Amino acid sequence: MAQVTLRRLVKEYEGGVQAVKGIDLEIADHEFVVLVGPSGCGKSTTLRMIAGLEDITGGEISIGGTVVNDIPPRDRDIAMVFQNYALYPHMTVFDNMAFGLTLRKFRKDEIQRRVMEAARILDITQLLDRKPKALSGGQRQRVAMGRAIVRDPKVFLFDEPLSNLDAKLRVQMRTEIKKVHQTVRTTTVYVTHDQVEAMTLADRVVVMNGGIIEQVGPPQELYHRPATRFVAGFIGSPAMNFIPARIEPASGALNLRLPGDILLPIPAERSDRYRAQGGREVLFGIRPEHLTETRQGRATYADLEVVPEVIEPMGMETLVHFHMDGTRDLCARLDPTIPAAPGQPLRLTADLANMHLLDPQSGRVL
Amino acid sequence: MSATAAPRAGHGLFHKAGSLRAERRWALWSAYVSLVIAAIVMLAPPFYMLITALKTSAEIADLNGNPWIVRDPTLENFAAILGNEMFRGFFWNSILVTLLVVVVTMLISIPAAFALSRMRFWGSQWLATGVFLTYLVPDTLLFIPLYQIVGGLGLLNSIWGLVLVYPTLTVPFCTWIMIGYFASIPKELDEAALIDGAGWLQMLWRIFIPVALPGIIAATIFAFTVSWAAFVYPTAFITRPDEMPLTIGVVSQLIRGDTFAWGQLMAGALLAALPPVVVYAFLMDYYVAGLTAGATKG
Repeated sequence: MAQVTLRRLVKEYEGGVQAVKGIDLEIADHEFVVLVGPSGCGKSTTLRMIAGLEDITGGEISIGGTVVNDIPPRDRDIAMVFQNYALYPHMTVFDNMAFGLTLRKFRKDEIQRRVMEAARILDITQLLDRKPKALSGGQRQRVAMGRAIVRDPKVFLFDEPLSNLDAKLRVQMRTEIKKVHQTVRTTTVYVTHDQVEAMTLADRVVVMNGGIIEQVGPPQELYHRPATRFVAGFIGSPAMNFIPARIEPASGALNLRLPGDILLPIPAERSDRYRAQGGREVLFGIRPEHLTETRQGRATYADLEVVPEVIEPMGMETLVHFHMDGTRDLCARLDPTIPAAPGQPLRLTADLANMHLLDPQSGRVL
Repeated sequence: MSATAAPRAGHGLFHKAGSLRAERRWALWSAYVSLVIAAIVMLAPPFYMLITALKTSAEIADLNGNPWIVRDPTLENFAAILGNEMFRGFFWNSILVTLLVVVVTMLISIPAAFALSRMRFWGSQWLATGVFLTYLVPDTLLFIPLYQIVGGLGLLNSIWGLVLVYPTLTVPFCTWIMIGYFASIPKELDEAALIDGAGWLQMLWRIFIPVALPGIIAATIFAFTVSWAAFVYPTAFITRPDEMPLTIGVVSQLIRGDTFAWGQLMAGALLAALPPVVVYAFLMDYYVAGLTAGATKG
């Protein structure tokens, strides 16, 4: 078990393209950290640098207090699970899992004990004699995890391990991975582009974009208190709505003017925070679940009228898509019993206690 | 209305299905016809060899009658060849040279292909192309300079000279085949092995060779065939009958001036063709099989 530390980590490819631009990250012992971001954000490169599969251009990586910059992968005491499983096709499941231990000259009875224990945890005991080609995608992924578990390494590295599975199996395997981590408690770095995976698995989520870290924090914090427009838009599905607006002072209070002359009163408890921003153009960010059918009872509720363009009934909720001047697609989440039809004006309530105001230039949350 | 419309629709469908069936039948027929023609063209020479080998010298010389029919089949040509100690010597020389060449080729080609396809180093791309280019130089051009080299080493008139020069034909092509095969093995497989603790040699021995076995067998078949059937080099380098391989031994010993021992020549050629046929028959399945199935998704 060990902590992992990245200090000013840089990866530059030939031709001067920087995939990772000097990131700092502390991962605690036993922690499950998920690196998430769109393709090309540098998350996989970061993971591969921790694994030792990519050279480091600048900075420092330490595992368990030892700087590993120049230590080859096999001596870093890490195990990795790949997106395409990377099982050895000519070996049985048992041999696949035992391979790392055999190379490290473990005794036969110890190998047997460890493989059987990992197989029991992953429920693949009955598959030990099979070759990878006789396994389903989910089973192959379990074997790949088994290969990591038997080694009992300091750190587990997962590189988009669920991306090749179908949607249903992905949800199932997500739970499995969480269970395994709760059992073995090994420090884990997990890379995914799927924010739902990140939210459900992580102790802390690291949101990356363009080679830098946008924000690090527990899933709930990222969801409710995003630091930047990128994080606010990336975490959550459907994504947060962004509407251009202006903060207007109005006799001691503050209002928010939206396109179409919609005026929303900024709640009193948030007014002090935005007092200095009076008259300023901002981006009003609100999640679809805070833009619902009309409600009363809280001072932070404010109504607005929209014209739905597309209605998506999801069963437990209905998504209503509409737009305002200068916005892209906006989305509200309604109770499925509320009648809504395209083209028919609809009153919605925005819960302004959960709004976010952002600087349109820097993208920072104000 | 509906009563009249329904049969029409049904007829339309049936007509379409019928034309598809006809198209398929036509495709099958043309495939069969061309395959039969190709088989006849390919099999006529070996068949003619076989029937000639089964004829007596008198029957071969007899210009009357159909040459494609054997009147008095006999095994005397085969018996004469197999009973000839010199012929057995040719056979043994061919086997020895071929086995050694296959081993030498694999010992050079497998590590070379592994290094060129996996260990990215400066100039590896150029080297890989260079290896293939050397294969494009025909042996009819190479045998003169090689004669000097083999002569310089004192290996003329020795099968060891052949073991030395045949790899110049086999190594480039085998390396090229295996570079392609190794390149098709997913990169994650070596990364997994690296993390599991394997060094480069362990990775080659325990992962690449077993996974790339179909490619290695394909290369082995190639090296075997080239070495078994080589004609130009032994003709140039070997004049002593006891060091001759089968290809030139049969020709040099069974053609005396303008006298051709056709029956024995054909029997010898048939026997010489036997080992490659056996090798192909046994290894063809491996050659075609895709062992990488299941390594990664799909």
